[in-house]
This record gives sequence, C-alpha cells and structure tokens, in this order.
Amino acid sequence: MTGWAMALFRRDLRLSVRIGGSAIVGVLFFLAVVTVFPFGVGPDLNLLARIGPAILWIGALLATLLGLDRLFQADREDGTLDLMLMAGRPLELVVLIKCLAHWLSTGLPLVVAAPLFSVFLNLDPVAMAAVTATLLVGTPALTLIGAIGASLTVSLRRGGLLLAVLVVPLTVPILIFGVSSADAAIHDPVPFMTPFLILCALTLIAAVVGPIASAAALRFAAD
Amino acid sequence: MAFWDYANPTRFLKLVQVLLPWLVGLCVATFAIGLYMAFFTAPEDYQQGDTIRIMYIHVPSAWLCMMCYTVMSISSIGTLVWKHPLADVSAKSAAPIGAAFTFMALVTGSLWGKPMWGTYWEWDARMTSVLVLLIMYLGLMALWRTMDDPIKAGKAAAVLTLVGALNLPIIKFSVDWWNTLHQPASVVRLDGPTIHSSQLWPLLVMALAFTLLFFVLHLMAMRNEVLRRRVRALRMRAASVSRPATASASAQPAE
Amino acid sequence: MFQDLSFSLEQGSALVVTGANGIGKSSLLRTLAGLVPLAEGTIRLEDGEPEKLPQEQAHYFGHQDAVKPALSVLENLDFWQSFAAPSVHESFSGSSLQPLAALETLGIGHTALLPAAYLSAGQKRRLSLARLLVTPRPVWLMDEPTSALDKASEQQLLGLMNDHLAAGGLIVTATHTELALNTINVLHLEAPDPADQVPEEALL
Repeated sequence: MTGWAMALFRRDLRLSVRIGGSAIVGVLFFLAVVTVFPFGVGPDLNLLARIGPAILWIGALLATLLGLDRLFQADREDGTLDLMLMAGRPLELVVLIKCLAHWLSTGLPLVVAAPLFSVFLNLDPVAMAAVTATLLVGTPALTLIGAIGASLTVSLRRGGLLLAVLVVPLTVPILIFGVSSADAAIHDPVPFMTPFLILCALTLIAAVVGPIASAAALRFAAD
Repeated sequence: MAFWDYANPTRFLKLVQVLLPWLVGLCVATFAIGLYMAFFTAPEDYQQGDTIRIMYIHVPSAWLCMMCYTVMSISSIGTLVWKHPLADVSAKSAAPIGAAFTFMALVTGSLWGKPMWGTYWEWDARMTSVLVLLIMYLGLMALWRTMDDPIKAGKAAAVLTLVGALNLPIIKFSVDWWNTLHQPASVVRLDGPTIHSSQLWPLLVMALAFTLLFFVLHLMAMRNEVLRRRVRALRMRAASVSRPATASASAQPAE
Repeated sequence: MFQDLSFSLEQGSALVVTGANGIGKSSLLRTLAGLVPLAEGTIRLEDGEPEKLPQEQAHYFGHQDAVKPALSVLENLDFWQSFAAPSVHESFSGSSLQPLAALETLGIGHTALLPAAYLSAGQKRRLSLARLLVTPRPVWLMDEPTSALDKASEQQLLGLMNDHLAAGGLIVTATHTELALNTINVLHLEAPDPADQVPEEALL
C-alpha cells in the first residue's frame, strides 16, 4: 500500500478505536437483536436452529446499517471532506480504504461475535462455522453498499433512517445468498459452494460499484 | 432546430402546451377502446372465469413500473453526464408515477392471486421483486423530499437510480434463486406467448393506453416541477436583493 | 452565482477579494477550490503540473479546521502531510517543513503530543494552517484567514503569506480586514444591477 493510503487507513482505524467504541455498540446491538428474536418466535430450540442463520444475518445487517451514517458525516462536518476532494488522490480508492477501515472496526467484531451468539440459537458446530464464514465474506459487501447510502445522505443531519431505507433493498441479494449458503451447509438442498461463491462474487461487485457510486455522490455533495 | 433545444425549460413548456391536449385525447380514446375490449369482447377464461379481466390492468401496470424505472435511469444519465436540468426534472416527476403503477401492479396482482392461489400474498419471485422495486421508488422519493436544494437532490437521486438499475437484475436473479429454493412449483404461471389472440389484442391496447397515460402524467408532472422550481428561484432572488440596512427605524404606532 | 467574472493573477502576487456579506466571496473561493462546479468557464493554472487539476495544486484554508479532536496534534498534521499530494515545479520553489518544525514555527510545538481536543480555537486554527506548510502547493485559497487569531499570530500569518508569495506562490484570500501583503490586487464583488439579471423565463 502506498504511503497516503496507509496514512488514511491508520487514521480511520485510530479514530474509530478512540471515539465512542463504535465496535462495542455494534456488537451490543447485534446481541440485542439476537436476544429479542426468541421472545418473538418462542423458545423452540428446533425452530431457532432452523432460522438461526437468518437471525444472525438480519442482526448483522441491522448492526452494520446502524454504524454507517457516520462514515463520511464526521469528515464533512469538520471540513475534512473538502480537503480530501482536493488532495489529488483518487476518491474511489479513498472511499474503498475508508470502507475497509470501517469494516475492520465495526464489521469484523460482528463476525467474531457470531459464533458466540449462535450458541443462543442452538446452532451445531457446522452451522456455526458456515454462518461465520458467510458473514466474513458478506459483511464487507454490506459496508460497501451502505457507503453509497452514507454518501448520499452525508449532507442530511438525520440521515440514518433514510440511509437504511435506501440501502436495504440493495442488500437483498447479499442477504439471500448469505442465508442460503449457511442453510446449504446445514441441510443441504444445494451444495454449500454454489451460493457461497455467488456471495463472494456479489462482494466483489460491491467493491467496484460501491466506491464508484459513493465517490460520485460525495463529489456532488461538496458544493 | 435540434432535438436538444427542446430541453430548454421555456421551450419545453411551450411544447407541452401544444402536445398535451392531443396526448390526453389520444389516451382517453385508447382507454375507451381498451376497456370496452377488456370488458365486453374479450372472452372469459375457461379456468379463471371473469377474474382473467384483472390481467388487463395488472399486466400493463407491471410493464409500466419497469418502463418508468428505465425512463428514470435514462434521465439520470442525462443529469450526471450532460448535467441538464430538465433530465433531473424528468427523473423526479417520474418517480411518484412509477411508484403508483408499481403499487397498482401489486394490488391487482394480489387481488388476482386470491382466486388463483387462494391467498392474497404469495412470496412468489415476481411479486417479491416488484415489492423491492416499490421500496426503491419510495426511497428515491424520500431522498428527493429530504434535500432542500433540488440540484443536489437530483444528482444524489441520479446516482442512486443508476445503482438501482445495476442492482435490479441482480435482485431479480437472487429472488428467483431464493424462490426456487423455498417454493415448490405450485404457482400457476400465465405463460405469455401462448395467450390467445382474443385476449392478446385487448391486452396490447390496454398496454398502449397505459403507456400514453404515463406520458400524459409525466409531462404534466414535469411542467409542474419546472414551475415549482421557477417559483423557488424567484423567491430566492427576492430574498437576496440587497438593500442597505436603514439605521433609523420608523416609529411604529402603538396599538 | 457569478456573471461575467474574470481575473488573472501573476506569479508571486496576492488577490484580495472584498465585498459585502453574502455577495459570494466564500463561494468564489470554493469554486476555485473545485468544490463548487463551474456552470461555465474555466479555471487554469499556467505553468502548473499539466496532468493535475488546479485544485489539486491548491491549499484551501476555510472556516472549518478539519482537525480531529481524538487524534494528537502531530497525528493530525502527519496525516495531512502524507495524504495531500505535494505539487512542486520549476516556477514555484516553495519548500516544505517537517510537521514538528511547522508546529514550532506556528508556536504550538509544545502541544504536539496532546490530543487536539485540548487546543483553543486559535491553536486549532494554527494547526490547520500548519497543513499549508508541510505540503508544498503553489496556490493558497484562504477564506478569512485571520479569524480567531490574535494580533501576534496575525502578524506571523502575514509573514508566512509574504514568504509564500516570495517563493513564487499565489494567494487568493477573502477578508474584511486590511492585510499588509507585498503585492496586492483587489477584486471587489458587487451585486449586479437588477436590469442585468437573468430574465425570469430562463430560471429553473
């Protein structure tokens, strides 16, 4: 990685570690979502084992969306974003690096917490591993797609809710293939690798489309 | 005069003035013919009876909710590439119309589904994709509403529209996949090409009528939007007229 | 926003933009910084690096400090030094300082290891100014550069600005106060005659 990219990456990681403990709040929210589900559907362990991957995925999706609204907003409020636009660095890469740092500080903790939370949902070890693997591959895509929403709503003071409304339809494919491949590993209607590889492909597509669209939106939001 | 010149707002308004009465007339006539055919000349279906007539509303609405998104995507390219203000007006005024047609497609679809499948809602691949489309339309409208500056809002919405246009096929594909996983093939599908010509003709006329309706509504909405922005610009100008502050306040008579 | 606005600036000279409140001084600077798109017209930097946009060879020193309170003063400055691409070429001989030296120059060297949250408004302002010293770029766009600075800091700032001009740089600044710069051009913005305005029909 070249110097400027590393500097940006380290700055963003430092900021997210030092401010507010966004990772911990995200994981707590994840835990809260996982906890309310059994209250909603009843403590039937067989049912929970069957829909467990879906619960974990929806929890991860919501927790990711929750933390996204500050992705660019903090930089816009103090004028940093203006200077980033003038820095002479490709904005698409800047967005990609910021997303990577953001995922490391908010997405990765969710992935790490998933095996622990799956104990509550009566998942067996295979299912546990499968869900964790799909979350590891899929949550970066959620961050990257969410970055589009974050840059579209960057100038709105309370854009968080709108961001979720805009982003959720776009994440439908990720959710479908994430849960499908986890399900496939448990009670194989299809081989695990088929949906899993499609999920990987979707993440790669998101890594291209997300930064390009998000950079375009940030340029327009500057004036 | 090049086609592009009509994109000048003033010329556009004049053009709409001329075009609109004709379009309205044509639309009404097509609807009269189409509805007559749909209700009286088209035969009942031997399986579904009269409920088949829902198709004459449902299929054109479904077709229009796709076309409307296409119009919005093309307009969005116009906004981002040529930065033309009318393209942005076009995209903005198409969104509520598209949402209305999408809503209509969903409602008629579920009314049709009740006698056919025995349930109002089936998580069938098509209905699910259309529902996602409806949420996207509503999200776009919300984005336009929350931003004060129409130019900025237009650009943001254009980016989202294009991302959505890229994403829609992926969503459709994934919903299809999801559907085949979860759904035994119990849904009775109406296969398009095998439809009988006595049903096809009313359908085509209705599709044309709906398309005309879309253009009528779209042109009217665009005209309103141009006028709305003009009012906004005039107000902003009225506020920005600089007058030197007067130091001496005139005494107000006490009441 | 602007009509019929045209100006050019020689190497080593400053342009002071004046005018009433709300006339668009800040907008003009933001346009030069590439943050507001031009409706029509061009901005050119002659003898600059041809493959770079003008705004990528300019520093923007605006109302916002772009200082992250959670980072230390030195971390803030280090980041901008590595992140903003420098722009040097033969006609501009501006030299760059190391971050610590820049902080010392501006009199906030003793705060280098403190989190920026503890800085006063004027100190933050100076930290923001230090950005301009660690990355050489020929054009400085400064919006009210003296705000929140005391008299001594203001004198120091003027000295830095004059040094920059002497090195062959350009400065465009919007200000209400008189600035004692070596070579000054003044651009006074005025509201247009109502008669010259865009006709109502062309508004959108």
